[in-house]
Amino acid sequence: MASEINQNNFDEYALSNKFEFKEWKRMLVFLGNHKRYLIPLLICTMITACVDALIPYFSRYAFNNFVGGNTTQGIQWFILLYAIAILIQVTGTIIFIRNSMNLDLRVGKDLRNACFEKLQRQSLSYFNVTPVGYLLSRVLNDTFSLGGMLAWGLADTVWTVSYLIFCSVSMFILNWKLALLVMVVLVGALVICQLMEKNILRLNREVRRTNAKLTASFNEDITGAKTIKTLAVEDSVCHSFDKINVEMRTKSLRARRLRSVFQPIILVLGTMILAVVISSGSGFAGDPEGLGTLAVFIAYALSIIDPISNITDFAVDLIALQVNVERINRLIDAEPLVKDRPEIVEKYGDIFEPKRENWEPIKGDIEFDDVTFRYPDGNVDVLSHFNLKIKSGSCIAIVGETGVGKSTLVNLACRFFEPTEGQVLIDGVDYRERSINWLHSSIGYVLQQPHLFSGTIKENIRYGNPDATDEEIIEAAKVACAHEFISKLKDGYDSNVGEGGDLLSTGQKQLISIARAVVVNPRIFVLDEATSSVDTETEQLISKVISTVLENRTSFIIAHRLSTIKHADLILMVDDGKIIEQGTHRQLLRKKGRYYALYSRQFENEEQGKIFART
Amino acid sequence: MKNKDIKKRGNFAFIMKIMRGNWRFFWVCVVTMALSVCLSYISPKIVGVTIDSVIGQMDFNLPQKLADYVAQLGGRDFLLTHLFICGLLVFAVAVFSAVFNYFRNYSGAQLAQHLSYKLRKMLFDHIQRLPFSWHKSIQTGDIMQRCSSDVDTVCNFVSGQFTDVVRIIFMLVIAYTLMFSINTKLALACLVFVPIVIGYSGGFYGKIAKRFQLADEAEGRMHAIAQENFTGVRVVRAFGRERQELDRFKAGNAEFADLWIKTGELLGWYWSIGDLISASQTAMLLIYGTLLTVHGEMSPGEIIVFAMYGGMLAWPMRRLGRTLGEMSKAGVSIGRISEILSVKAEQDNDTDLFPEIKGDIKYEHVSFGFENAEVLRDVSFELKAGQTLAILGGTGSGKSTLLHLLNRLYDLDEEKGQGKITIDGTEINKINRRHLRRNIAMVLQEPFLFSDTIDNNLKLAAPDTTRDMIESATCTAEIHSSILEFPEGYETLIGEKGVTLSGGQRQRVAIARALVEDAPVLVFDDSLSAVDVETDSKIRSALKRRTKDTTTIIISHRISTLMDADQIMVLSEGKISEMGTHTELLKLNGIYSSIFNIQSMFEEEMETEVGANGV
Repeated sequence: MASEINQNNFDEYALSNKFEFKEWKRMLVFLGNHKRYLIPLLICTMITACVDALIPYFSRYAFNNFVGGNTTQGIQWFILLYAIAILIQVTGTIIFIRNSMNLDLRVGKDLRNACFEKLQRQSLSYFNVTPVGYLLSRVLNDTFSLGGMLAWGLADTVWTVSYLIFCSVSMFILNWKLALLVMVVLVGALVICQLMEKNILRLNREVRRTNAKLTASFNEDITGAKTIKTLAVEDSVCHSFDKINVEMRTKSLRARRLRSVFQPIILVLGTMILAVVISSGSGFAGDPEGLGTLAVFIAYALSIIDPISNITDFAVDLIALQVNVERINRLIDAEPLVKDRPEIVEKYGDIFEPKRENWEPIKGDIEFDDVTFRYPDGNVDVLSHFNLKIKSGSCIAIVGETGVGKSTLVNLACRFFEPTEGQVLIDGVDYRERSINWLHSSIGYVLQQPHLFSGTIKENIRYGNPDATDEEIIEAAKVACAHEFISKLKDGYDSNVGEGGDLLSTGQKQLISIARAVVVNPRIFVLDEATSSVDTETEQLISKVISTVLENRTSFIIAHRLSTIKHADLILMVDDGKIIEQGTHRQLLRKKGRYYALYSRQFENEEQGKIFART
Repeated sequence: MKNKDIKKRGNFAFIMKIMRGNWRFFWVCVVTMALSVCLSYISPKIVGVTIDSVIGQMDFNLPQKLADYVAQLGGRDFLLTHLFICGLLVFAVAVFSAVFNYFRNYSGAQLAQHLSYKLRKMLFDHIQRLPFSWHKSIQTGDIMQRCSSDVDTVCNFVSGQFTDVVRIIFMLVIAYTLMFSINTKLALACLVFVPIVIGYSGGFYGKIAKRFQLADEAEGRMHAIAQENFTGVRVVRAFGRERQELDRFKAGNAEFADLWIKTGELLGWYWSIGDLISASQTAMLLIYGTLLTVHGEMSPGEIIVFAMYGGMLAWPMRRLGRTLGEMSKAGVSIGRISEILSVKAEQDNDTDLFPEIKGDIKYEHVSFGFENAEVLRDVSFELKAGQTLAILGGTGSGKSTLLHLLNRLYDLDEEKGQGKITIDGTEINKINRRHLRRNIAMVLQEPFLFSDTIDNNLKLAAPDTTRDMIESATCTAEIHSSILEFPEGYETLIGEKGVTLSGGQRQRVAIARALVEDAPVLVFDDSLSAVDVETDSKIRSALKRRTKDTTTIIISHRISTLMDADQIMVLSEGKISEMGTHTELLKLNGIYSSIFNIQSMFEEEMETEVGANGV
């Protein structure tokens, strides 16, 4: 149904071209919400940077006063002061890490909640075209990286810049000529680091892209083992894999080669500063304070290169993460396709804060009034000036082969999508005049794959109606013919369903999802291929259940097993999204059209199955 | 204890095995590392001498030859006015050290990448040759993890952690030897810190690792909530449970954030105490060193040398503790990889035969089953070259297994009473597997196509085939015109990154692929069921025209298919219940004739349903 997904939108290894501050500005708002961590962090960072820059002065003092003066007088005070300085440093580190961690995770948490909430408002069409993996990456991985970046990145940069400023000031005060020389080398170092880091980033992306190819190839060739053996093409498959394997090795080495050069270059740059300092040592020869000053400069020379490479790290990380920022911003900004107008929200509330007092009761008359519809990503009208009146309590069956678009009518009736033209009326009123939640709270939905959530059976049944009492839950389970097998379980209704419902058979899960729908006491019931994934025995059970459950409710049954829908009030046969035949079971058989052909085929299959079962 | 020793020895043997051919990288790495470390210790020495003897007034503390050379140049005064020579020396040493450093890094990377490549290749090639029964027993995700992250862990261990540990120990030994040669007392004082730092890093890291694990598990739970929500979005919307879902997510999110924050606080202590220890060492160095200098036991230059050495060791020592802790993970990974490599592969024997296959197939008393169930019981039949056999059976009757045995996906053991299968009189166990499979073109029940162009998929088993052969095969399979309708025709990419084919289309491509092989035996495992009746008969008529000399076996449940075969076999619960031509089987009035009569049953049913009101 959906047109091809444009792969480029979901390429995990794309890189932004340039720095866009406006994208990052929105992230800063999240930072601003946690001032009580942000402010102490910034202050503490600057103080520690200052102390770090001043520590070498202790050496200077030691050299000039104790060594130079050849005395140890007053050394106790010196030790005391030094100890205090160390304590400030250590305390600084603790405060730094604590606040950074808090900031990192709280910002990340806020981002995640914002994304998740937005996605709850999103309409189904969004989920149809966006892969779940993409969403999970954005909501879980990106938010984590961004939290880290915004907190630690910021803190590190503030420290680094402060430290560099303090060191520079200190150097200029001590000896401005030497300081100037050091500055020149530093700037050169910055430029070189920047160039290298950018290239390293690009090469790393290439490696990760190739890794994805490698993983995919591995995966495919293990999944397709039977075919590979049958075709006896192990050699050719190994050969193809080898090509990717070699590519991976080559690209990884290319990236590592650059990185291998990077670290020594950093060391050399640092030593260059040291060499410069030493070379000017003659200026200190006769200076009584000279030795101490020299010691300070040497200490700076050793410790100043790493901060420089940190700054370039940060700048490059900004570029690397920008794509993720853009994606999250887009996710948060995306407007849902189906939403209530403000006046409607005023009256009926929204999905998070419903105003149930204002909700009118539903009878269940549905009318499609001159409806034209096409899917947002489709290029053809699936319904064109379609009219259909459904009285409350009637049963509409929709049949067709797998994947031909049988859900369209149901999607419109349940307001998962809205008509492009025309209107859908519930009890005579356009459903856009009422809130989405009003409609949804009156729908009981059973899908093809029983989708249970991790938790107990009771919680899962209650999912349909959080206010349901235990009796109501058991009643619903009885109606769904699930009560019997549940009672036989060790923990009964408190049994765990397992992740995704692993601990029960598909048939049992389906019965529970029917109970879940029943508990809502819905006026509109939707069974979406509810029996296609269960065995014949359970299917017969469910068919029995269905006829009881559907009494007095407007229902839609989507099926491709015709035995379940023979008695529907109206049957619609769908192909390629369009309704090609409609009528009662008898009328359609008489036509001897596609329905007839489908029916005869299914009949044949069923009878065959029975014959084999007999032997 | 014994088990552990055996494991250790096994691990060691494993590493030796994969290192074969890669030793040169290892030795280059170690040698350059040693040279680089040695050189890196010379710079501080030069600085020390410069400070003491050039800028300061002390005598040169150098080996005799060097001292003479310096004297020759003009001694102190010369150097003082040409201090840049000292600077240059420092710089030159650093450059050399950097060069060796680069080679060390790069050869380490080469080692890692070559090892990775080798391990991946070993694993992939081995997996491709493992018997089908193994493939059925494994979970793809688990195997994938072993081939990716476990491989990474092992390579990381050998090329990273191991060489790192060697380097750090080397550094420590040299540094302390040098320090001891300068001043025993101070060196001893520094030495005390070494076990403290290493033990502290190692011990603390163990504690934090546990916290990381808890945080990981919380992330897993949050991931599960998000994933359930995104994949089950239809259920969430239909039941209007957005609010509850949001609350659930927020709770999981908060739990995750809190756990990480707690870990962060622990990390804060870890780092600050680590910093405290380092700072204490520096302070101690300075103060004690000053004291010693004032008492004439050391020179200022020597203090600076000590300080530089101490600085060079700070980070490596902390890394050592942590690395030692992580190294145990490698043993686990080696075990997991060995598990795969130790499974016995499908072997080619020297006694394998490569006969030309004509297509006489004979099953003699074949009985076969899996762990607890017998699937085939005493199946015997004969099929002459060029004939067609149609197999009819219910689910679980053993049809597919019958075919899998022909292909040697499973092997029969005559001595265990499982019977044997012969082709042209030769037992298939004696025929080379690949040769046998090349001569049997089998279309599986669930067709598997690779993410590649349609053309490459078709040519997979017969790379030398001609364009004509391919198009004739696709025409017979009734897929040629559909392929031409795609944007790029035969060059269209299919699979995840390309076009998704429908079930029927995939089936037809798989059939064409089998036809391209042009094998003397053609087998269809219920392959035409995904295709509609018309296309089915078209394909089969085309097949009939094409494959006059091909022995064909078809599993089907369509009477029209079965009717045409030279022989029809009805398989029921692993036994041949009926066998013969169409007319023979009808006379038997058994399963086959019942199935044949379904058609008339259908017409009867139609009459009752519809006939009463006139057609």
